[in-house]
Amino acid sequence: MTKLDAKIPEGPIDKKWTNHKNTIKLVNPANKRLIDVIVVGTGLAGGSAAASLAEMGYNVKAFCFQDSPRRAHSIAAQGGINAAKNYQNDGDSVYRLFYDTIKGGDYRSREANVYRLAEVSTSIIDQCVAQGVPFAREYGGLLDNRSFGGVQVSRTFYAKGQTGQQLLLGAYSAMSRQISKGKITMYNRHEMMDVVKVDGKARGIIARNLVTGEIERHGAHAVVICSGGYGNVFFLSTNAMGSNASASWKVHKKGAYFGNPSYTQIHPTCIPVSGEHQSKLTLMSESLRNDGRIWVPKKKEDAEAIRQGKLKPVDLKEEDRDYYLERRYPSFGNLVPRDVASRAAKERCDAGFGVNKTGEAVFLDFAAAIQRYGKTEAKVHGIENPSKEEITKLGKGVVESKYGNLFEMYEKITDDNPYETPMKIYPAVHYTMGGIWVDYNLMTTIPGCYACGEANFSDHGANRLGASALMQGLADGYFVLPYTIGDYLSDDIRTGEISTDTPEFEAAENEVKSSIDKLLSIKGTKTVDHFHRRLGKIMWNQCGMSRNAEDLKKAMADIRALRDEFWSDVKIPGDANEMNAELEKATRVADFLELGELMCLDALDRNESAGGHFREEYQTPEGEALRDDENFSFVSAYEFTGDPGKAVLHKEQLEFEAVEVKTRSYK
Amino acid sequence: MNLTLKVWRQKGPEVKGKMETYPVSDVSPDMSFLEMLDVLNEELVEKGEEPIAFDHDCREGICGSCNLFIDGEPHGPMNRTTTCQLHMRSFKDGDTIHIEPFRAKAFPVIKDLVVDRSSFDRVIQAGGYVSVNTSGNTLDANAIPVPKEDADMAFDAATCIGCGACVAACKNASAMLFVSAKVSQLSLLPQGEVEASERVRNMVAQMDKEGFGNCSVTGACEVECPKGISLENIARMNREYLKANVSPGK
Repeated sequence: MTKLDAKIPEGPIDKKWTNHKNTIKLVNPANKRLIDVIVVGTGLAGGSAAASLAEMGYNVKAFCFQDSPRRAHSIAAQGGINAAKNYQNDGDSVYRLFYDTIKGGDYRSREANVYRLAEVSTSIIDQCVAQGVPFAREYGGLLDNRSFGGVQVSRTFYAKGQTGQQLLLGAYSAMSRQISKGKITMYNRHEMMDVVKVDGKARGIIARNLVTGEIERHGAHAVVICSGGYGNVFFLSTNAMGSNASASWKVHKKGAYFGNPSYTQIHPTCIPVSGEHQSKLTLMSESLRNDGRIWVPKKKEDAEAIRQGKLKPVDLKEEDRDYYLERRYPSFGNLVPRDVASRAAKERCDAGFGVNKTGEAVFLDFAAAIQRYGKTEAKVHGIENPSKEEITKLGKGVVESKYGNLFEMYEKITDDNPYETPMKIYPAVHYTMGGIWVDYNLMTTIPGCYACGEANFSDHGANRLGASALMQGLADGYFVLPYTIGDYLSDDIRTGEISTDTPEFEAAENEVKSSIDKLLSIKGTKTVDHFHRRLGKIMWNQCGMSRNAEDLKKAMADIRALRDEFWSDVKIPGDANEMNAELEKATRVADFLELGELMCLDALDRNESAGGHFREEYQTPEGEALRDDENFSFVSAYEFTGDPGKAVLHKEQLEFEAVEVKTRSYK
Repeated sequence: MNLTLKVWRQKGPEVKGKMETYPVSDVSPDMSFLEMLDVLNEELVEKGEEPIAFDHDCREGICGSCNLFIDGEPHGPMNRTTTCQLHMRSFKDGDTIHIEPFRAKAFPVIKDLVVDRSSFDRVIQAGGYVSVNTSGNTLDANAIPVPKEDADMAFDAATCIGCGACVAACKNASAMLFVSAKVSQLSLLPQGEVEASERVRNMVAQMDKEGFGNCSVTGACEVECPKGISLENIARMNREYLKANVSPGK
C-alpha cells in the first residue's frame, strides 16, 4: 500500500506557506521557456492557473470543451468571494476565516491547506481589482461587503448577483493577454479524453476536437486538471449541462486517488423542480438569506391549502408561520450553513409542510426586508410619516438594487413575482467537496499531475461555506499552483520537448478510439439522457441529502445493473468524425456511471454524519449530524483497481493543531 | 401545446443548409425553449435521426453559449432574455416557430444552429484586459477609491455575456456593442485607464479585421441584448477612439 504523504510543511500554521515558498525549488526564467504545461478547464482555477503560468514564462496549452474559455461554469457563481480583509472592522482576520472554514467543513479538511487559503484570500481581491473587476462599492468609493452563511462577519466581496461572471471574465482577460502573446495556446471545443503517463509521470493528454471529432495527442511536462466538480452525476443539479467528471475520472483510473467522493453539497435555495422535462436546476444565491426569511406554515391544513392554491402565502397570518431556521438555530437563524439549511428544509417537507404542488418547496420571503429597508430609506429621504405604500415602494427599490438580477431570473423561470409573493425554493445539488486527492502542493498521486479548484478535494472538508469556492479556485490558480509546480518542474529543465510519437501516446490514443467505437457500435434503443436521468434518480434518492447503509448497498447494485444496461442498449446516432453532441454526452455519462458507484461506496464506508454527508443511523436525538472523530477523522482516498465498487481505501489522518475540534453548533 | 418548428439544418461549414419542419406535441408552458428542443432531440434519436445541434451550457442566462435566432429575433420574442431563459409560455398552441443560427460573416456556421464565435475572443485578445501580472503584490484593493457611479457603470458594461445577439440583430453585423462594452468597462475604471488609447485602437482594428460591419446606430443591438447593454457604451467608445487618435502619444 502506498503511503499517502500530504507533504505538509513543518512549522507553526501561520508560517508554513511562507517557509515553504522560501524553500521550494525554482525554475529560472530562461528554463521556464523550455517547459510546457497543459491546463484542462478554463474556469476560475484553470483560467487563473493558465494565465499565471504563462506570465511566469511557461508554455501553456489550455483546453475547454466550450466554444470559448469565458463560458466555463464558474461564470454562473452568484453571491460572492470571501477574503479576510476586515474592511468592515468587524473583527475579521486570517485566523477567523480559517477557523470558520474548518468548522464549516465539519473538521474534515486539511488544516494547513485551509490556513493557506485564508492567508492568500486578501491578495485575490487586490489582484482582481487591479485587473478591472468591478466589485460593488459604497458611496465613498471603497469596496462593499456582505455576509454569508455560517459566519458572523461581513467578508464577502461581490458584484451584484454576478460575482462569478466578473471574476471569470477577469481571469479570461488575463488569459487573453497571454494568448495574444503566444504564451497560451488555446484549444476551444476540445475535450480531454485521457491522461498519458510516461515512466509513471503525467506527460500529456489525449483530446478530442469536438468540431471535427479528430483524436489528438498533446505532450507536456505537467498536466493540471481544473475541470470542476461532479454534481451532474445527479443529472439534475445547478451545474451547467456540459459540466462533467471525465477529466477527473480518467486521471483517477490512471492512478490518481479520489478523495472523499461522498461529500456533495446540496444547496438549500434553488428553484424547485417543475416537471419531468427538467434539464437543470437554478440556484438562487445564498446572499438572499441575508434578507430573506425561510418559512413553512405551522399547520398542515394551511400547507395543504397553499399547495392546492386555495390559500395565498401572503394571506397567512404571522403567528401561523413557522420560521423553522430561526426557531431551531436562534444564533445563526437564516444564515446557518448550507448543509444544515438543506436538511431542515427536507425535514419540514418530509413532515408534510411543503408548499408547492410536489410538496417539495419552502418559502423564502422578502416582505420583512422590504419593510425594514423602506423605513430606513424613508428616513434617509426625510419623508415624515410615510404611508405603507411609500415604504413598500422604497423598500422594493433597495431589494432590487441588491438582488435585482436574481429576482428577474426567478420570475422568468417560475412566472411568479418575488417582490409580491414569497419565492419557493428547495435544495438541489450544487457543489462537490470531494475530488481528486492532492498533497499540499496540489499534486495528485500521479507525479506531474495536479488538480485545482473544485476538481480537487482539499479545502472544504465535508461542507463548503458560501463564497468560498471562488476564493479557492482563484487561490489555487493565481497564488498556489504557480509556485508549487516549479518544485516539480525544476527537475525537467533538461528533459526537452515531450514527444507524442511514443508507444505510451499510441496506446492511450488507441484506447480512446476503441472506447468511442464501442459506444457507437452498441446501436441500442435508449438515449444517453434516459440512462443519465435514471442514474440521477438513484443518486438523489439514495446518496443525496440523507443516506443509510441499506439504501447505499442497493444503490451500488442498481448502478452496476444500469451500467451494464447502458453498455448494451444505448443509442448514439451519427459518427465519431463530426460534431456529435450525443457522443459527447455518452462518454461523460459512461464515467458518471462508474463514479456514482464510488460515491455510494464512500458514503457506505463512512459510518458517521459529517457536513453534507448525513447518515440516518448517526444523528443526535434532535436530528443533528453526529460525527465520530475517533474513527473517522480522516480523508478517504480511493485507489482505482479496475472496478469502482472495489476501490481500495487509503486514509489520510487529519491532525488539528491550530483549532480545537468541537461539535459544530449553530444554535 | 402543439407546435410546428422550422429549423435550419446544415451538416457542416461547407455544406448547403435548409429549413426542415418538425412537429412537436405536448409541450408544457413551464418548459424552457431549450428543454422543448431536448424533447424533440430525444425523439429524433429514438427514431434514428440526427438530433439538432445547438450551443448551450449553463441554462441560467449567464454563460452566453446559447444563441438561437427565433422568429426573426436573436434569443426570441422576450426582451432581455437569453434563449435558455425563454419559456414556452411565451408561445401559443398551434404556433409555427422559425429557428435559425445567428448569422454574420464573422460567425460562420459549424453545424445546424452552432456557429463559430471565436472572432469575439480575438477581439478581446487584442486589448480587452489590464496588463497586470498576478504577483499578489499589487496595491491594496481599497488604495484607489472609485466613485460608485463609475463602478456601477463599469459593472453594467461588464455584464455582457458575449453571446453575439448584438451582431445577429444588426443589419450590418456590427460588433460595436460587444466591443464598446469592454472598452467602456475598462476606461471607466482607474486601473484600465492607463492603456485606454492603445486598447481602443487595437480592439477596433481587430474588430474590422474579423469582418464585422460598421455601426449605423439603428439601436437594434441594444433592444435585442439579453443583458440590456446600453448604446451609451458605443458613444463612449467613439469618444475614446477619437481621443486616442487625436492624441496618439497617450
